[in-house]
Amino acid sequence: MTEQPVPLDPSLAPPGTRNFRDAGGIPADRWRADQGGETLVPTHCCFCGVQCGMYLRVNKSGKVFGVEPRNHDINRMRLCPKGINAYQQVNHPDRLTSPLIRRSRDEPFRETSWEEALDFTAAEMQRIQSAYGNDAFGVLGGASLYSEKTYLVGKFARVALKTRHVDYNGRLCMVSAAGANKLAFGIDRAGNPFADILQTDCLLIAGSNVGECFPVMTQYLWGARDRGASLIVIDPRETAIARTADIHVALKPGTDSAFFNAVLHVVIREELDDESFISAHATGWAEVREKVAEYPPERAAEICGVPERQIVQVARMFARAPRAMAWHARGIEHHSQGVENCLSVINLCVATGNIGKPGAGYGTITGQGNGQGGREHGQKSDLLPGGRSITNDEHRRQICEIWGIEESELPPAGTSMMEMVWQMQRHEIRGLIGICNNPFVSLPNYRVVKEGYDAIEFHAQLDFFLSETAANAHVVLPVTTWAEDEGVMANAEARVVKHNKAQEPLPGVRTDTWVMCQLAQRLGVGDKFAFAGSRDVFEELRIASAGTVNDYYGITYERLEETGGIAWPCPSTDHPGTPRLFEDGKTYHPNGKIHMQVVEWHPPMDPYDDEHPMTLTTGRTVAHFLSGNQTRRLGALVEQTPRPWIEVHPSHGFRSGDPVRVVTRRGSEVFPALVTEAIRPDTVFVPYHWPVPTAANALTIDALDPRSKIPEYKVCACRIERAEQIDEVPEPPTAPGHHAYPETQVSRTDPLPPTVPQGRGTAERS
Amino acid sequence: MMGRTIFIDPGRCIGCQACVSACRECDSHRGKSMIHLDYPDEGHSVASLPTVCMHCEDPVAPCAEVCPADAILVTADGVVQQADTTRCIGCANCVNACPFGVPKIDLQAKLQMKCNLCYDRTADGLAPMCATVCPTGALFYGTVEELQAERPGVQVVDSFTFGRTTVTTGVAMVVPADKVQWPVPGGLPVVEVNGVDVR
Repeated sequence: MTEQPVPLDPSLAPPGTRNFRDAGGIPADRWRADQGGETLVPTHCCFCGVQCGMYLRVNKSGKVFGVEPRNHDINRMRLCPKGINAYQQVNHPDRLTSPLIRRSRDEPFRETSWEEALDFTAAEMQRIQSAYGNDAFGVLGGASLYSEKTYLVGKFARVALKTRHVDYNGRLCMVSAAGANKLAFGIDRAGNPFADILQTDCLLIAGSNVGECFPVMTQYLWGARDRGASLIVIDPRETAIARTADIHVALKPGTDSAFFNAVLHVVIREELDDESFISAHATGWAEVREKVAEYPPERAAEICGVPERQIVQVARMFARAPRAMAWHARGIEHHSQGVENCLSVINLCVATGNIGKPGAGYGTITGQGNGQGGREHGQKSDLLPGGRSITNDEHRRQICEIWGIEESELPPAGTSMMEMVWQMQRHEIRGLIGICNNPFVSLPNYRVVKEGYDAIEFHAQLDFFLSETAANAHVVLPVTTWAEDEGVMANAEARVVKHNKAQEPLPGVRTDTWVMCQLAQRLGVGDKFAFAGSRDVFEELRIASAGTVNDYYGITYERLEETGGIAWPCPSTDHPGTPRLFEDGKTYHPNGKIHMQVVEWHPPMDPYDDEHPMTLTTGRTVAHFLSGNQTRRLGALVEQTPRPWIEVHPSHGFRSGDPVRVVTRRGSEVFPALVTEAIRPDTVFVPYHWPVPTAANALTIDALDPRSKIPEYKVCACRIERAEQIDEVPEPPTAPGHHAYPETQVSRTDPLPPTVPQGRGTAERS
Repeated sequence: MMGRTIFIDPGRCIGCQACVSACRECDSHRGKSMIHLDYPDEGHSVASLPTVCMHCEDPVAPCAEVCPADAILVTADGVVQQADTTRCIGCANCVNACPFGVPKIDLQAKLQMKCNLCYDRTADGLAPMCATVCPTGALFYGTVEELQAERPGVQVVDSFTFGRTTVTTGVAMVVPADKVQWPVPGGLPVVEVNGVDVR
């Protein structure tokens, strides 16, 4: 073996080197001294589930005006373009700074006082509920909110509105993985921290474009590669990480569980499974064995459209590695069989004994900043705080005691986000308050969503920019950005991190906490919502989660500031947290075993026919976040990726830049072609951050996974044809007196004109 | 011998343009990025490659050599600065001379701009903004020894041939290591790769 160079001692590292940086980070005092009174506020990025540490630069007037990298455990100074530009939204000229109101959707918005906006909202809630019943008013939360606020959303719906209809946009994100983890392990989170990736010998990434969706996580991937770990990527597209993988399996979208069943078939056939681990720690193995016997590689190869030998190679590479890990994301979760897909990956990890060790385990990469924490404390329709089940009598009793209400007052489980929209269409839900979400862009089958929202009698929305959904509302309440309030988020590792307040809210803007407490007061339950701010809510959240699987009791703001993050469960204030699960071989099921689940593959819900022979799949770009409400207003990110495109294989005869119409059973839209061999010939890809008429989600199907209720974003039948003209991206909606596209803002004085647009999806690429 | 500098590792670039955004944010360039991203095999691969100033050492900075106004300063530690705004006449000679296509002219201002290795940061013990944030380490700032401590086995290249001229640069490219199993610090069991025992 070649000898490894000896790493330098960080304490001896000279300034300006990486070791110096890692040993101490940047000398914050320098900035305070040199930059005219500037201070650096340590916090985290507001966007994806990696939750990179960063400093916000605050000038002597108390305004956020820039960003500095921060040497936090998670990201070691690294940031992606979203993180670098995130600060620009805090003082963006398009920020909503006054409540907007209109009595009917035919009228334009007018600015109003907080009193009038809140009174009107509370009055409408009471009117609708007294006319049609409590369940006629729905609440939709968001997974970009701090955990304190997600706790408050759940409590507000159940205690103040007494409605069963509360859900959140994490339903569109990773609930399939959550459901699978709960079934297999009795706990809903990734099994290992990111740092374990560095120790693995074989890394399998399924359905995750890590390079664009979680760029900072690539440092762990490449770190593992540096010491020779093999990389397997399962993705219909050749993504930036697939390009360098040992094996890239470009399977047909919607066939993941057939593929993983076949991989497990080969593992068993070649006796690469870990029988001693399975017999000691798992149940259900006999049934799983029996089922995967039906998936020989030759059958799966036909279903998945990949060579049979690749399936065998993947099985050997994964199962022979001393320590192997599997990480997955929306690519296998956004399916009508999302839970099955995740379970089939878990089955592979369990069967090869890769659970609960450094470098061996599984994880799901959260899309939204608080996609993990967002559902832990009662914002999801079937969950109460602490991950308690709303159908479990004991759990209901516990939470009613904490909230000081009668058990009979606590509503039963509600429906999921997409189902709520269908109920709005059917007039079963007549009023809605949305907090931090943008379903007009993020939900599938836009026509249905628009009909649903248009059908309701009252719609209020809390946001800091006027999103496409807020533009449809009767009342828009301007709330704070992440930098104007404090709170915690749980990242993809279930590490709880603290975000700090960097500047006072803009004049006219209130925190979501304040708004919910004010509304609760007007609904007559102010005594149960006497919270001065996030810190108060967090104290109640800690108590409400104590003793549950999602135990936050031992986590305090002070500890988070000292440690840089604590992974739950953390049952006491002297507990170090639990970065890696199952180290003692026990799961969170009562019998302590892993419950392996039988997985059966079935075809996607949108059938192929002569009219729709191809697959449309969707995903993200690195410059934009989810529905783009935040990032489509930041000059640098708009320049980087101004519009969506359609990725097509050269075999279809298009040239890059040609207008290509993609037609599904829901509608059609025209995008410029990006002709590339990086995609399967039978598949096209469109990124989904834009509104109609350039919304991928106007084309996707609203079929749901029966267990997790996640929509099938990643596969629908389509055809492509040549078109005359490309559909143009509309400007984001703005409030009266605001404008959407400022020039690229930078923290420096004397800005020069923006650079020429470049990168994926722009004309310059062709 | 190469000191502390930027190493470009194209194998790691994911085309995210964090470097571009970071360069725009750094104090040196006041809102304009001096990095651009190339897509060398467009249509066939998603490969991308960040281009920064290579800070040529031999011959010393062709851009500076051809500057009729003596506006481009090369510091003692080999950093080729951007043109002095009080001297630059916006003639674009530097653009034509650079073998790597790096300097840019702001036509409105008639001024040249280019990467100066974030001199305000590097002179103060910090890494350049682009290499600090690069999520993948495609841009690495440090010494060869530090690079190799993090990435065992990699080699670097700092001379490039254009016709009959060879240019040696202050910034280097990383040549990938052979696929070998390396122990992590502290040592892990030796394993096999691709079914082959590498002990």
